[in-house]
Amino acid sequence: MTVKRPVIRKDGKDKVTGRAQYVDDLCFPNMIYGVSVRSSVARGKIQKITYEGDLPWKDITVATSHDLPGPNVVAHILQDQQCLATENVQHPDEAILLLAHPDRQLLEEARRKVRVEIDPLPSIHSIEDSLNQKTVIWGKDNILKSFVIEKGNIAPLWNEAALVVQGEYRTGAQEQLYIEPNGMIASVSPAGITVWGSMQCPYYVHHALMVAFNLPKEKVRVIQTETGGGFGGKEDYPSMIACHAALLSLKSGKPVKIIYDRAEDMACTTKRHPSITRHKTALSKDGKLLAMDIEFLLDGGAYATMSPVVLSRGAIHAAGAYNCPNIRITAKALATNTAPYGAFRGFGAPQSLFALEMHMDRIALQAGLTPEEFRARNFLQEGHVTATGQTLRENPDLPGLMGTALNALGYHAKRANYADHNRNPNSRIKKGVGFSVFLHGAGFTGSGEKNLASVVAVEATPFGRVRVLASSTEIGQGARTVFAQLAADALGIDYDQVDVAQPDTHIVPNSGPTVASRTTMIVGKLVETAAIGLKEILIQSGHLKSECSTEDFSDQFRNACASYIKAAGPLKSFAQYQQPGHIQWDDTKYQGDAYGTFTWAVYAAEVSVDLTTYEARVDNFVAAQEVGKVIHPVLAAGQIEGGVTQGIGYALYEEVRLENGRMINNRMTNYIVPTAQDVPPIQVIFAENPYAHGPHGAKGIGELPLDGVAPAILNAVAFATGTTLTEIPLLPETLMRAMSNE
Amino acid sequence: MSNSAKITISCRINQRPCSFETYPMTRLIDLIRDDEHFTGTKEGCGEGECGACSVLMNGELVNSCLVPAVQVNGADIITIEGIIRENKFSALQEAFVDFGGVQCGICTPGMVMATVYLLGKNPNPTEAEIREAIAGNICRCTGYTKIFEAIQHACGKLGALQ
Repeated sequence: MTVKRPVIRKDGKDKVTGRAQYVDDLCFPNMIYGVSVRSSVARGKIQKITYEGDLPWKDITVATSHDLPGPNVVAHILQDQQCLATENVQHPDEAILLLAHPDRQLLEEARRKVRVEIDPLPSIHSIEDSLNQKTVIWGKDNILKSFVIEKGNIAPLWNEAALVVQGEYRTGAQEQLYIEPNGMIASVSPAGITVWGSMQCPYYVHHALMVAFNLPKEKVRVIQTETGGGFGGKEDYPSMIACHAALLSLKSGKPVKIIYDRAEDMACTTKRHPSITRHKTALSKDGKLLAMDIEFLLDGGAYATMSPVVLSRGAIHAAGAYNCPNIRITAKALATNTAPYGAFRGFGAPQSLFALEMHMDRIALQAGLTPEEFRARNFLQEGHVTATGQTLRENPDLPGLMGTALNALGYHAKRANYADHNRNPNSRIKKGVGFSVFLHGAGFTGSGEKNLASVVAVEATPFGRVRVLASSTEIGQGARTVFAQLAADALGIDYDQVDVAQPDTHIVPNSGPTVASRTTMIVGKLVETAAIGLKEILIQSGHLKSECSTEDFSDQFRNACASYIKAAGPLKSFAQYQQPGHIQWDDTKYQGDAYGTFTWAVYAAEVSVDLTTYEARVDNFVAAQEVGKVIHPVLAAGQIEGGVTQGIGYALYEEVRLENGRMINNRMTNYIVPTAQDVPPIQVIFAENPYAHGPHGAKGIGELPLDGVAPAILNAVAFATGTTLTEIPLLPETLMRAMSNE
Repeated sequence: MSNSAKITISCRINQRPCSFETYPMTRLIDLIRDDEHFTGTKEGCGEGECGACSVLMNGELVNSCLVPAVQVNGADIITIEGIIRENKFSALQEAFVDFGGVQCGICTPGMVMATVYLLGKNPNPTEAEIREAIAGNICRCTGYTKIFEAIQHACGKLGALQ
């Protein structure tokens, strides 16, 4: 058995020796380079384009939207985003035209010499201005998506309640900051388009190219190169770059490489949606939730792109891990004139859960209960019904998880000690502990998995080597390793006998995008099923005995593969997603089983706050979670530690500063992420409660750790300083303002 | 950049003598990657913040995106490809993999170079010294914890080998 053991990751050796090939490491004969000319204004009408300077313009390939064979769109959920702006620009840095040339120095000079005259139009840059329709920039009302989730009836409760607590919470944008910037190489020939690049979702890129170039599916080939991090940032944007590179290749007749530099990547590609969440909560006299009225607003940027689905996940998570009979969640994603926001680990849930978990501490304080006691009175349990009307079929042991996390931090003793310490007016460094309780829905929301109907294949060679074929990408999380573990165990062969194919749409079936914490739970289960199917083929065809000794099983398996292939030809088994019968979802009403299952977590933080500099620092962190079953202990812990660290950045350091919709700190010098000096000791604790439909009982864990870090830290800072906090990132100046307002 | 005249630069990269006709301000990373095809050295930011392009130049750890060709003349450059041959550090690379210090891998070559530099000066660093030594190398995947573990483990092993 390899599952549950820390086998050596498949891609480890190539990465640690520098041999792994990322897109910028690839070179093709005659390859030239491509760059984008972008809008200098937030919104306007393009008037005139001139090519200035003493440059060999006839040698430089220039492409505009008019060169596209198909419609001028980057196909996502809605087809509202232009591949290249033609008449109107909707956000700063929107791509208008493309240039290609073999000499990168000359190309950069040329980019600066393209003069695009744009008549500016009024633009909007806040959720409030968009909601109030200061200017209508999208559709008829700026609303990219809106819906209401209702359970019970909140209306009669406000007068009956023993306590009503209101709060407004805000979160800023966050840049994924994968260390490998986005990039693509495209080669167009009469046979079709081939692209190689850094991406999470090969079939999203495939679809976008089919639409923009008006080609049948077999004429488009997408190959994922080793990908240096994604975190959601390489979910939809690679489709745009692939279209751009392919267009330049079509026009020039040569392979074209586009690699974004860091500044371009940060300014132009997607980031986490900024949010405003407003809570109004009614409480009974025994501290039970009676009604929750939640307004959840996202800034979606200039085009819809992923905003409708980010809004869904965020809104569905807005009532968190609590049982409440009456809930109304009003959700809207609004258009503004900034580059579209997109997917980032957590996908809306970190925003709404930040608001909720700050609000829970605020309610507890007003109700005169401890944060842990107030939460414990309202935890979801098996049989309870969530905001969308989903009856919980699993029993999340939230009291147990909370006890584990708080004890591991030494929460109770520290809270008492720090309360004393903080009362001393001479203590310059205030200390605090705080925590959050949360959940994360694993897999696509609602009917997403059913609609995707993902397919995985497992094949074997005559030498008994097995290969997993899936479009799910290795982006650092360990997909390749986990798939090999699952296939090996299903077949009863060595982990080293299993390879995982590089995602290539000509070779691998569509196992769906690498998003939504679905790769291990959903696709991994398909890998397991396909592998079991392969073994069944061998058994039923008489090439493998159903009862074989385990000692020399590898030899028996190899012989069986060889004899089957000789007799019957290729040995390959497919598995397609079948929705478990218990999942029912109504897309129109946002009612039903939003997710097949949830992961559950309690995160606890210990902080120091320097009242001279207003800097908050995390000294200790405990991340306790129930994740079904752990498939690979080192990779799983790595997911949690990495997610917690991104969460620390989200909470304390990472500020996207916008000026007229343009990111002005789009460099690593002034966009600050945690370094090795900033991370505290992180204690990772896994509780297990197997999920019947996950491989070996596993649930998805990739996004969970981002959800609860910021509120745990800010609740600790609020305790340390005695200040109400409502906003992240909590920069020193933010904390200073909050403390001087008290 | 293209306005100035090209100069001739000679240096050694991974013990191989190299000569370039290039602009004085061409970056070392471009010589390493584009001219010598040592693509293990990665570009993450191009401004010396992320450390993915870390290499050793005359035994000192540098961000190769910040070093102009004019400074490289006569220098001895070691990249990630250059340390593979030196067996004594394979235990370090192994530890990075075994302990989960590698995820997406794009920061890994730079991280390994920074560690090689650290261990060359200080074979038994404390955790605080490790944190300081790799503070110029940004990793967005691991949260660093497993990298600390890998380095600490490797120090034990390397120490035993010496």
